[in-house]
Amino acid sequence: MTDRPWLPYALVAPSVLFLAVLFLLPLVQTIWLSFSGGTGLGLEHYRRMVTDLNFASAMRNTFLLTLAVVPVQVAFALLLATMVQKLERARDLVLWVWTIPLAVSDLAAGLAWLAILQSSGYLNSLLFGLGVIPAQTSWLSYETPFALFAGIAVAEIWRATAIVLVILVAGLQLIPKEYGEAAEIFGASPWMRFRKVTLPLLKPSLQTALILRTVLAFEVFAVVYALGGRNFPVLVGEAYTWQRDNQNYNVAAAYAVLIMVMSLAATAAYLRAFRVKPDQLS
Amino acid sequence: MTTSMPSARRLLFWSGVVASCAWVLLPVYLVALGAFGGREAVFRWPKSIWPTDVSFQAMLAFLQIEGVFKAFANSLIAAGLTVLFSVLLGAPAGYALARYSFAGKNPYRLLVLLTRAFPLAILALPLTVSFIRMGLYDTPLGVSLIHTVLALPFAALVTQSLFLGIPREYEEAAWVFGCTQRQAFLKIVLPLALPGIAATAIFAFVISWNEVFAASILTVRERTLTAYLLTVLSESPLHYRFAGGFLLIVPSVLFIFAVRKYLFAVWGIGSK
Repeated sequence: MTDRPWLPYALVAPSVLFLAVLFLLPLVQTIWLSFSGGTGLGLEHYRRMVTDLNFASAMRNTFLLTLAVVPVQVAFALLLATMVQKLERARDLVLWVWTIPLAVSDLAAGLAWLAILQSSGYLNSLLFGLGVIPAQTSWLSYETPFALFAGIAVAEIWRATAIVLVILVAGLQLIPKEYGEAAEIFGASPWMRFRKVTLPLLKPSLQTALILRTVLAFEVFAVVYALGGRNFPVLVGEAYTWQRDNQNYNVAAAYAVLIMVMSLAATAAYLRAFRVKPDQLS
Repeated sequence: MTTSMPSARRLLFWSGVVASCAWVLLPVYLVALGAFGGREAVFRWPKSIWPTDVSFQAMLAFLQIEGVFKAFANSLIAAGLTVLFSVLLGAPAGYALARYSFAGKNPYRLLVLLTRAFPLAILALPLTVSFIRMGLYDTPLGVSLIHTVLALPFAALVTQSLFLGIPREYEEAAWVFGCTQRQAFLKIVLPLALPGIAATAIFAFVISWNEVFAASILTVRERTLTAYLLTVLSESPLHYRFAGGFLLIVPSVLFIFAVRKYLFAVWGIGSK
C-alpha cells in the first residue's frame, strides 16, 4: 500500500474540505458577526444581549435545567445499564424499548409530553380520578413556573436518558468480567464491586456521556417550545427569536458564541475532572 | 444472574424492568391516542387511557392540511441528501482511518471529535446570509448540508470501526490473486461492509429527520416537517400537534429498530 502515499489524503480530503466550509467557516463567521457592528469591532451586540429583558431568565433556566436533568439522566442510565447487565431473558427486547427515545426528535418528545401535561391531559385525568384536583388545572402556563420547569425537566429526562444508557452499556461491555469476579472472590459486596470496580473503569464512558449530554442540554429548545412556548425562555430559544423574529443576526450570533463558550468550558471541565491520574491506576 | 436471585429480589428487579419499559412507551402511546383521536379525544374529560375515540379521520385530516405533505416530502429529501453526503464523504474517510497511518490522522480525528463537543445546529445562524447569497437558503439541499455536518462525524467513526473489523488479509489475498486495489475493495471489502454502511445511512437519516433548530432557521416556505411543526405550533389545535408529533416519531423509531444491533458499536467508539 506504500506505492500510493497520497491515497489516504485523497480519501480524507473531501470530508475535511466539507467540514472546513460548513463547520469551521461558520464558526469563524459567528464569532465575527457577534463582534462586528456599524462602528467596527465591539461588544455592542453582547451589551444588547445582556440587557435584554429575557436574558437573565434564559440563562438561569438553561443552567437550572441542565443541573436538574443531566445528573438524573446519568444516575437513571447507570441503574438501567446495570439492570441490562443482569438480564438473561428478553435482553434485546428490553434494550430496544429503552432506547426508543433515542430516535425521537426533541420536538416530538415535547409534543408527547404535552399530551400528558396539557390541562385536559392524562396527568390531570389521573389526578382528578384520585381526587387530588377538583377540576382541570393548567401546569404549563406563565403562572406555574415550577410545574412548567418540572414538566420540561421530566420530558428531557424521558427523551435523553437513552443516549446515556447506550454509551454506558457500550462501556460496560468493554470491562472484563474477571475484574468483578475477582472482587467477589475477595468478598466484596455488590455495592462495593460497583463502586470500586465498575465505576472507575466506566470513567471514559461517563465522561463521554456527560460531555455530550451537557452540550446538548445547553442547546435545549424544541422540548421547551412544545411544552411552554415563550413562557420559559432558554438561550437557544432567544437566539432563534433574535434571528427569526427580530432579524438581528448579530445578537443571535452573540447568543451562539455564548452557548459555544459554555459548551467548551463544560467540556474542558469534564476533561479535567475525569483525568485519570497515573498513580490511581496502580 | 436472574436465576440465582432470590424470588423477592427477582420480583423487584422485574418490576423495575417493566416499569422502565412503561415509562418509555407510555408517552408514545398517549401521543398516538391524541393523534388518532381528533378534537373530541383531546377535549374529553376526564380522559380514559383506553383507545376510545380512535379513528383514522383525524390523522387524514391532518395530512390534508396545506403544507403538511410538502413538509413531509421536504423532510424526506433533506434526510435523503444527508444520507448521501454523509456516507459519500464519511465512508472514504473511515476507510483511510482504518487502513492507513498518515500524517494528519490524529488532527483529523480531533476535528471529528471536536464537532461532537459542539452545539452544531447553532452554526445555521451565520449560514443564513451566505445561503441566501448562494441560493441555498430555503431549500432542502441547504438544510441537508448543515445536517451532514451533524451526521458526518458519526459516519466517519462508524465506518472506521467497520473497516477495522474486516481483516486486511482479505484484501491482500485478493491482490495476490490478481485483483487491483480498486477491484479488491469493490469485490471483497464493500460487500462485507455493506450492512454497516446501511446502518450508518440510517443513523444519518434519523439525525436529519429529527433536527429542529437548523431546519427552522434555514427555511421559510420549503419547511421540513420539524420546522413546519415548530412554526405552526402556537396557532394549531392540540390534536394537530399530536398528529404531527406522532408522524415525526414513527419513521425514526422503525429505523432505529432496524439498526439496533449497531447502536452500541456507534456509541462505544467515542469512549475507547
